[in-house]
Amino acid sequence: MSLTRTQVEGIAHLARLELTEAQIPVYVESLSRIMALVEQLSAADTGGVEPMAHPLAGQVQRLRPDEATEADQRDKYQRNAASVAAGLYLVPKVIE
Amino acid sequence: MSLHTLTVAELAAGLRARQFSSLDLTLHFLGRIERLAPQLNAFVTVTADRALADARAADAALAAGSAGPLTGVPIAHKDIFCTDGILTTCSSRMLANFVAPYDATVVDRWRTAGTVLLGKTNMDEFAMGSSNETSFYGPVRNPWDLQRVPGGSSGGSAAAVAACLAPAASGTDTGGSIRQPAALTNLTGIKPTYGRVSRYGMIAFASSLDQAGVLARSAEDAALLLGAMSGHDPRDSTSVDVPVPDYAAELGTPLRGLRVGIVKEFFDQGLDPQVAACVHQAIESMRREGAIIKELSLPSLPLSVPTYYVVAPAECSSNLSRFDGVRFGHRCDQPRDLMDLYKRSRGEGFGAEVKRRIMTGTYVLSAGYYDAYYLKAQKVRALIAADFARAFGEVDVVLSPTAPNVAFELGSKTSDPITMYLNDIYTIGANLAGLPGISIPCGFAEEGGSSLPVGLQLVGPHFSESRLLSAAHQYQKLTDWHRRIAPGYE
Repeated sequence: MSLTRTQVEGIAHLARLELTEAQIPVYVESLSRIMALVEQLSAADTGGVEPMAHPLAGQVQRLRPDEATEADQRDKYQRNAASVAAGLYLVPKVIE
Repeated sequence: MSLHTLTVAELAAGLRARQFSSLDLTLHFLGRIERLAPQLNAFVTVTADRALADARAADAALAAGSAGPLTGVPIAHKDIFCTDGILTTCSSRMLANFVAPYDATVVDRWRTAGTVLLGKTNMDEFAMGSSNETSFYGPVRNPWDLQRVPGGSSGGSAAAVAACLAPAASGTDTGGSIRQPAALTNLTGIKPTYGRVSRYGMIAFASSLDQAGVLARSAEDAALLLGAMSGHDPRDSTSVDVPVPDYAAELGTPLRGLRVGIVKEFFDQGLDPQVAACVHQAIESMRREGAIIKELSLPSLPLSVPTYYVVAPAECSSNLSRFDGVRFGHRCDQPRDLMDLYKRSRGEGFGAEVKRRIMTGTYVLSAGYYDAYYLKAQKVRALIAADFARAFGEVDVVLSPTAPNVAFELGSKTSDPITMYLNDIYTIGANLAGLPGISIPCGFAEEGGSSLPVGLQLVGPHFSESRLLSAAHQYQKLTDWHRRIAPGYE
């Protein structure tokens, strides 16, 4: 299983990660090796096996009533943001 | 006997008997941290002011007679747990300036129990690593040999407790991140059943695998601290509503009659012969105490590493998409547009291994590959869980080495991610199946002129923490491996 440079650039774009020119061949190599490791799975006989999405068999995630339970802490939370104004998060202009 | 080598149980007893105050204890540990933590790089943040305030409050509670069993005992938290008003970095540049706006449930519970927060420990970035070398703050060193790794990802917690800079510390374990560093630093480390401890406020890596636990110097200490962090939490939808036993009260269960399964797949060709010898010797001591030893096979287990490297990166790529440079975390300078903001903030904020895992996850979840990789891995995961379930029809616990080798030299495995990934070969299965596991010291191996700790792992059925802790405690009554402290840190 070998990934190409174009594939790695495509994955990085989907993952919204900027890679430097020097990093790309390193990831081509290491991601190819990881996918080769993962290829071992294809040998497993999984006919009729239900995929396991939760580590505790039979556990179902609880639902709770749709009620507001948290206090408003917007100002506190926004202290960690790089750029805010009037309670809003600022990003570069999206619509010209 | 100096204060820092006492166990949590001994410290708690001394505090209640007023042999020393929590403030004495806290000042003693802060002094050791100041002197010894830098050479280990064990802490990201030392919370001295908070520790002194906690200690004074604990002393007041002790004087008023309102103290609990852990009141006044100092602890450290892995820097993956959110601590209100305190830097919480996950050892990433991405969160280098993140001051958590609330406490994780684990932090809240240990605080309510009266513990004193000494600081936040270094770790592999976002808990992705097995050597603590992926940290933005640099590698942690192993107190047993400063040229070697302490294991990871809870490497700072392991080094801090092994060097007696804290009596115990929290950790998290997604594929072995409590048990493997415990093994490499001569500690007792327990990862409980998935859902036993709340994940609220614990920065997510792979949500179906992540679980919090304890690194301590004995099974008894682990029992006390695990009990104090466990229990149902409505703020974590996967937290289970199952009563928490009094782990410390159940430590007396004898080894006699314990059915111990030895998995042949766990003693394969990749295992260091000195590690194998220590583990076999431990099996013999358990047999002499009346444990029933049975060999068994878990045929799907060799597939646990490839399964993990689909499931964990897939969940990681999804969880880490929240770091967008907008609401919190690193933001690049002068973004040209929104896409540039996302890409450069993430490209700069995440280290090499985190990017590798995000891309692996993105790839296995991408259109056209989902069935071949992710769905296939979830099916193999079911086979691995079924292997364990079958085994627990015949035995009470499964015993194995914790890691295939002792602590390795810094830099020796960083060039090849696969070599590093294979270090978790014995621990990953428990995470995939949601099972509790404990690592305990079982001897030493000589390598490169150093005497290096070896750990053995016990894995049990869901919610069998009491059985694991009592088996570990009974073994620790027979042996003194766990009492040995790294030279220079006694």
